[in-house]
Amino acid sequence: MTGKGGTGKTTVAAALALALAAGGRKVLLVEVEGRQGIAQVFDLPPLPYEERKIAVAPGGGDVHALAIDPEEAMLEYLEMFYGLKRMGKALTKMGVVDFATTIAPGLRDVLVTGKTSEAVRRRDRTGKRVYDTVVMDAPPTGRVTRFLNVTQEVAGLARVGPVRTHADMVRGVVASPETAVHFVTLLEEMPVQETLDGVAELRAAKLPVGGIFVNMVRAVDPTLAGPFDLAELAMGVKAAGLGDDGNAAVIAEALAGEVVEQQRRAELERTERDALETAGVPRYELPLLADGADLAGLYELAEAIRTQGAA
Amino acid sequence: MTSPELDLDGIIDDSGTRIVVCCGSGGVGKTTTAAALGLRAAERGRNVVVLTVDPARRLAQSMGLTSLDNTPRKVAGADGELFAMMLDMKRTFDEIIEAHADPERARQILTNPFYQSLSSSFSGTQEYMAMEKLGQLRRSGEWDLIIVDTPPSRSALDFLDAPERLGRFLDGKLIRLLMAPAKAGGRSAFKILNAGFGLVAGVLTKVLGAQVLKDIQTFVSALDAVFGGFRQRAEQTYKLLQAPGTAFIVVATPERDAMREASYFVERLAEERMPLAGLVINRVHRSPAPDLSAARSTAAAEDLESRGEHELTAAVLRLHAGRMQLAAREHREQEQFASAHPTVPVTRVPAMSQDVHDLDGLREIGELLAKR
Ligand SMILES: Nc1ncnc2c1ncn2[C@@H]1O[C@H](COP(=O)(O)OP(=O)(O)OP(=O)(O)O)[C@@H](O)[C@H]1O
Ligand SMILES: Nc1ncnc2c1ncn2[C@@H]1O[C@H](COP(=O)(O)OP(=O)(O)OP(=O)(O)O)[C@@H](O)[C@H]1O
Ligand SMILES: [Mg+2]
Ligand SMILES: [Mg+2]
Repeated sequence: MTGKGGTGKTTVAAALALALAAGGRKVLLVEVEGRQGIAQVFDLPPLPYEERKIAVAPGGGDVHALAIDPEEAMLEYLEMFYGLKRMGKALTKMGVVDFATTIAPGLRDVLVTGKTSEAVRRRDRTGKRVYDTVVMDAPPTGRVTRFLNVTQEVAGLARVGPVRTHADMVRGVVASPETAVHFVTLLEEMPVQETLDGVAELRAAKLPVGGIFVNMVRAVDPTLAGPFDLAELAMGVKAAGLGDDGNAAVIAEALAGEVVEQQRRAELERTERDALETAGVPRYELPLLADGADLAGLYELAEAIRTQGAA
Repeated sequence: MTSPELDLDGIIDDSGTRIVVCCGSGGVGKTTTAAALGLRAAERGRNVVVLTVDPARRLAQSMGLTSLDNTPRKVAGADGELFAMMLDMKRTFDEIIEAHADPERARQILTNPFYQSLSSSFSGTQEYMAMEKLGQLRRSGEWDLIIVDTPPSRSALDFLDAPERLGRFLDGKLIRLLMAPAKAGGRSAFKILNAGFGLVAGVLTKVLGAQVLKDIQTFVSALDAVFGGFRQRAEQTYKLLQAPGTAFIVVATPERDAMREASYFVERLAEERMPLAGLVINRVHRSPAPDLSAARSTAAAEDLESRGEHELTAAVLRLHAGRMQLAAREHREQEQFASAHPTVPVTRVPAMSQDVHDLDGLREIGELLAKR
């Protein structure tokens, strides 16, 4: 799940995880930016670098969560491939891990996507996948292609060798038809433009584009859509006891200003929807929650995702 | 609790004001405010350059910014001396290297793969380069007012913290460690009598390969040559931001997260002794019928609906109630800010029903900012 900053990536990723888990499935929700966004959305204390169950989906089903810390992922990697656990700790203390992941962001990304890919591919003793789906709250649109395009990213870093092999494994997972990169956007110029640019970039990198989740959509009463009769509105104002012969017309005119403004905004939103249409991918709409995205709100969004067939 | 009025015309008309910095959290209207103030200042007689960071495409076009060429261009259609530019952070970084290293060393750095990733993706590079560019524009002496937009980031504080973070990184212990072999006169990296380094080198070689380690070292030692310059310039620019000719304008929308960020930023500016001009509260929702409350409006709508009459009016009243509730919520956020920071001057700009993407739109925002 990617999108412009602040459009609702974390919220929608969480809702999608709930929707996908509904009816008895098991979903892992991961975050990669060290911001404890998942904990915030679910109103939980900070999550450790450890998979744990955080929510129950409608009709049974579990959402597990994991906050991937690049440093921990590096230690795990060193231990798994080189048996270097103790030394890894020493390196962390010296700031080597921090240094390596700063100077070579590709290395950090491949560790993070590597950990996620491992969870995707993990099987239990019977050979069944441990998670039905893994949902990632990914970096924002501007960085997501580079982030997912791991082989490209580590190309300068490692032409051969273990990092390269690791990157190739990740590429296999990320570029597979089992993966979908979804976008979250608002019906505003900048996030829509970023979404279209992001879709094009992913396609150029041969990465699988999923759908577009239009978030915070305001419900529009169809009664207010077309041209309307000011005199009728004034009569209504009077009938409702809000004005008399003297001022009902004045009140009606002021209220009409609000309607016109809303119509103008609706028009603008139509333009942005049309622009999104050109991406040629499925579009889903999620309502603006009046009380913000609290826990109840998440379930409401999950329901909207399910009824629109996105999960 | 009411805040004092922010007199923006007073600020841009004052020839003592040389730098205006617009900051705030993501998407609140920093770029729009910077551009609108720039246009207004130019049309009121100042010789202005606006440094924008990632402007919306149509807004950039309206100012004639079609390519990211890192040089100020005169804005056609502005009635005055208005120049605008878009920050190209990689280009700005390259320029610093070129200015501080001899040509051979500069070439070594610029072509090093690590430099390329550092200069285009280290978090904080954009903030550092915005400051660097500001310093350059100021030193050029070509403009008497520089208006700076700040990079889109989650937190407004990033603008102040990121350069420091980059500086700390470049100055870090490990970098020094990696540089040690080069300083010791080219002895083999792996024989150096430094247990710490040996350990690091061993693991990095194992994981990344010897060539990569060599690239890192080349890069780090070449960069060493320009370290001093980095630090010095960052400090100069920081001082510039503390000078009396600078005015910080914090932008926020009247929502909880944005207002909270604005609060943090205001406090931080005070700590850093950086001059705050005031707060712009952008995209404020107002109603043309403010006397009709949400509660009365809802009750009236219910009444009409239960009688099955005046469907249109009922719908309009519901719309109005929603608008009044939003306005009330926004009002509470503003009140909270005002009681925490009662002396900070404030100006408000209403939410327009359209994006701001041309000079007329900017002019209108400018007027609203200045309350004319
Ligand atoms: N459908 C919605 N209705 C109402 N509020 C929403 C909705 N979706 C998200 N929000 C709110 O919008 C804000 C931003 O959401 P969120 O943190 O999910 O965005 P994000 O894209 O992950 O942001 P960031 O780029 O900072 O990671 C939050 O306060 C969240 O509660
Ligand atoms: N008062 C306003 N009314 C309506 N729309 C506005 C208003 N101010 C700004 N906008 C619109 O909001 C969007 C975001 O504004 P802007 O780009 O200035 O924000 P920003 O703080 O620079 O964002 P970023 O953090 O992404 O750089 C733009 O599309 C702009 O046209
Ligand atoms: Mg988030
Ligand atoms: Mg901006």
